[in-house]
Amino acid sequence: MPIPASDPKSVTGKPLAIAESVDVLVVGAGPAGLEAAIGAAARGFGVLLVDENPVPFATMGDDVPLHFGQGMAASARNRNAMMEAFVASEPRIAEAFEAGVDLRLGTACWGLYANGPALGWMPGLVAGLADEDSSILVQAGHVILACGRRDMGLGFPGWEKPGVMGATAALNLATRYDAFGPRKAVILGSNTEALTTALALREAGVTIAAIVEQVAEPIGDADLLASLSAGGTEILAGHVVREATGRDGVEAAVVARLDGEGRPVGEERTIACDGIVLAVGATPVIDLIDAAGCKVAFQAERGGYAPVLDASQRTSLANVYVVGDCAGIWAEKTRDRAIAEAEAARAVAALGEDSAETETVAPPAPDYDISAYRLAWVRASVIEARAEFHVCQCEEVTAREILEVRPPRHLDWQNERRNDRSLSALLGEGPPNPDQVKRLTRAGMGPCQGRRCREQVAALLALGAAQPLSAIPLAGYRAPVRPMPLAMTALVPEAPEQAEHWDTWFGMHAQWVPFWEVPAHYTVATNDATGPVASE
Amino acid sequence: MSEIKGASVVIVGGGVTGLSAGWWLARDGVDVLVLEKGLIGWEASGRNGGGCSHHHSPLFAEEQRLWPIMDELLGYPTEFRGERVRLASSEHQMALYGRALRNAARQGFQSQVLDVKQAKELVPLAGDTVVGGYHYKFGGHANPHRTLQGYAWAMQDHGGRVLQHTTVTGFRSEGGRVIAVETDRGVIGCDSLVLAAGPQTGRLSAMLGQEVPVQSARCEMIVTEPLPLMPLGGVDGCGLYGRQTLRGNLAYGGGPHEWLAMAEEGTPAKPTTPLMLHMGKRLAQLLPKAAHARIIRSWAGVIENTPDGRPVIDRLASQANVVVATLSSVGFGLSPASGRAIRDLVVDGACGFADLSTFCLARFTELEPNWRELQGWQVTAATEALAA
Repeated sequence: MPIPASDPKSVTGKPLAIAESVDVLVVGAGPAGLEAAIGAAARGFGVLLVDENPVPFATMGDDVPLHFGQGMAASARNRNAMMEAFVASEPRIAEAFEAGVDLRLGTACWGLYANGPALGWMPGLVAGLADEDSSILVQAGHVILACGRRDMGLGFPGWEKPGVMGATAALNLATRYDAFGPRKAVILGSNTEALTTALALREAGVTIAAIVEQVAEPIGDADLLASLSAGGTEILAGHVVREATGRDGVEAAVVARLDGEGRPVGEERTIACDGIVLAVGATPVIDLIDAAGCKVAFQAERGGYAPVLDASQRTSLANVYVVGDCAGIWAEKTRDRAIAEAEAARAVAALGEDSAETETVAPPAPDYDISAYRLAWVRASVIEARAEFHVCQCEEVTAREILEVRPPRHLDWQNERRNDRSLSALLGEGPPNPDQVKRLTRAGMGPCQGRRCREQVAALLALGAAQPLSAIPLAGYRAPVRPMPLAMTALVPEAPEQAEHWDTWFGMHAQWVPFWEVPAHYTVATNDATGPVASE
Repeated sequence: MSEIKGASVVIVGGGVTGLSAGWWLARDGVDVLVLEKGLIGWEASGRNGGGCSHHHSPLFAEEQRLWPIMDELLGYPTEFRGERVRLASSEHQMALYGRALRNAARQGFQSQVLDVKQAKELVPLAGDTVVGGYHYKFGGHANPHRTLQGYAWAMQDHGGRVLQHTTVTGFRSEGGRVIAVETDRGVIGCDSLVLAAGPQTGRLSAMLGQEVPVQSARCEMIVTEPLPLMPLGGVDGCGLYGRQTLRGNLAYGGGPHEWLAMAEEGTPAKPTTPLMLHMGKRLAQLLPKAAHARIIRSWAGVIENTPDGRPVIDRLASQANVVVATLSSVGFGLSPASGRAIRDLVVDGACGFADLSTFCLARFTELEPNWRELQGWQVTAATEALAA
């Protein structure tokens, strides 16, 4: 019997269908991504720049990739108009075209793959790209990720109603597409990200009824606050939203004052509004970065979990760079796009150069403790909520169910011991792990891929274990980082030799020999490697 | 460092096999401690297809007896649902799939041959690709992570202990017996030792003077958004194994694996690959009416195989009080029975309910030393991480 050079049932020797190869792939056409693409093209690299925007209306409806909260105006259904508006709102897009960049809008990067200690199959850096009709694999010499930011979700009774949305989604709809539905909004949070969002929405014609901040004093820039106040916006520090009321969507925010312990007290007030914008925690979008295997760490000065970078924006993966908001968010960077552009320029300068092993200059320390701040929001809004609501909207899991690590309700588990196993019993001696809690409660397992709840769940676990946010491990991200219909998977062809040897499991005949037929000794020489296997 | 209290039986490895063994021992009143390098179930035990239908195994009868009563025995939900369907998309497949039916029938379990109409009735998401199938009136599927957490909690209910984040670094022997386990948190005394450490079993058994031959590999699965529940969740075919969860998600795997280097200390990375696409294509072929459903996650697991892919559950010859167990990449479904078998080996010296002679280590006495190379189990991944 001839011995195969390599196990034919393994990936070894099975080529991937790489549709295109490029020198540099840039993901995200915001300020940093555009600067990176234009700069790399100027250096003579062939550059492919993709951006998923404008995302289809239905995808926005699923709160992917941002928490749109059904806040889209009807005009967002017109994809052509959205495309035109997206291009018109960013002059450097035209500049990129002129620079010879291969720019593809409406194209998402759903996966990035690199070899490492547990993967040797990739021919190099491989990215999966998809638009509405196609899905391809691209190989790139270098990848620059400029995936932007999104917002930490923050629940309260009624937060599932249309009109409750993240600040980044609101900002994009209002300033890039002129497709922001609400006319009168309440903003939660008073940091720089919240205040600049409020001002930009006002500029776009939205009435900003109030800024609600749980801390006793607003934390953002005094000038920005003054500008908002002068425009008639009420600044409600030491307050929290108790409920979003309304029949088919938000019609009002019910707010209450907090006592010194962060508990809502006293009379509630109703503020009429059709939008509630969550701006308590701008977060780097690291789904692709983490799923690819780049080292990430909780870095308060970068807005939470962010990639670990050197001074040239290099990640821990060779030839993978991160620039712009997904590399870290801080107040000055929010106000000045030149900082993100400078990151991109540093990455471009480093392309093809040896790593100098220099550590990056740390951003300025935030002037407030973002861990304590976000935990205080979750305590006041979620834990002190006057009624139960679903922290995980996809899987309908409440805060109590998360903290008590309860099996999902659809199991209808009636055993009296169901409440015995709370978070503390699960922990043992380590920090609570959101992935573990996810598997047991299903919180974060739904089609929005945890975008609306993951930071809240982490905060709940931190509060439950009396730990800072930084102690809670990151719930892992996995490809596809954008949901992909099964029907689209066949668009990437499969190598015939892979299809020929495809097996349900390892394709080992000896593994499935019924025990009454197993020989007394096993040797490779006497084994029938071609016998029937699992899939047969 | 505070001293960690020893135990009568120390089990190395907090996967399903080790935790089930711990639970079986604890419910018999044995003082048991499970050591886990990371979190329990964080390797293959918590990330697999959840199938419970291993008709080729000597543990099959016990597997079938136990699964329907596991919720009750543990006191925690496993999400077990009985019976499975296998769909064929060609007459050739139809003929080949009959093997399972014959294996099971020999052991007293029934199956039904399905025509196209019956197959479509039983599997509403099936479509025109189906030419027939089999309805196995045995086996089934359960939720891997929920089950292994159930083992751990049930074991603790009986007085057993779990120490997570505890790495075994060596063993202390005296007079041909292991008397203590050395860990990064101190030395832990024991009267008996069970090694059920998955991919690490090879390295750890070598420290005890008798290496269990294993090699690690990475395998992948995908999961879709929820779909309406089918009457039976355990539907295989098209080169895939998997299940519809009780929430409605389709969780499926299959296809080529990648062989990896000998497991080192610590938790290995578990990257996925574009193989996701080829699994997705087959899932749409198996269940065409689910083709619109979106994949929302993929994941990978690192698992070990012995040279013949069959389990080892045996006592080491080199040490008088050590039981080693690897289920060789097919461990979840058999775990209720494998844990009981390990309990029997530790307490009674031999398995009292099944003939485990085919799981013995002695079957490898004539194994070629270069068996990995001969079988083509080559490693292409870098053995060391790239830049930190």
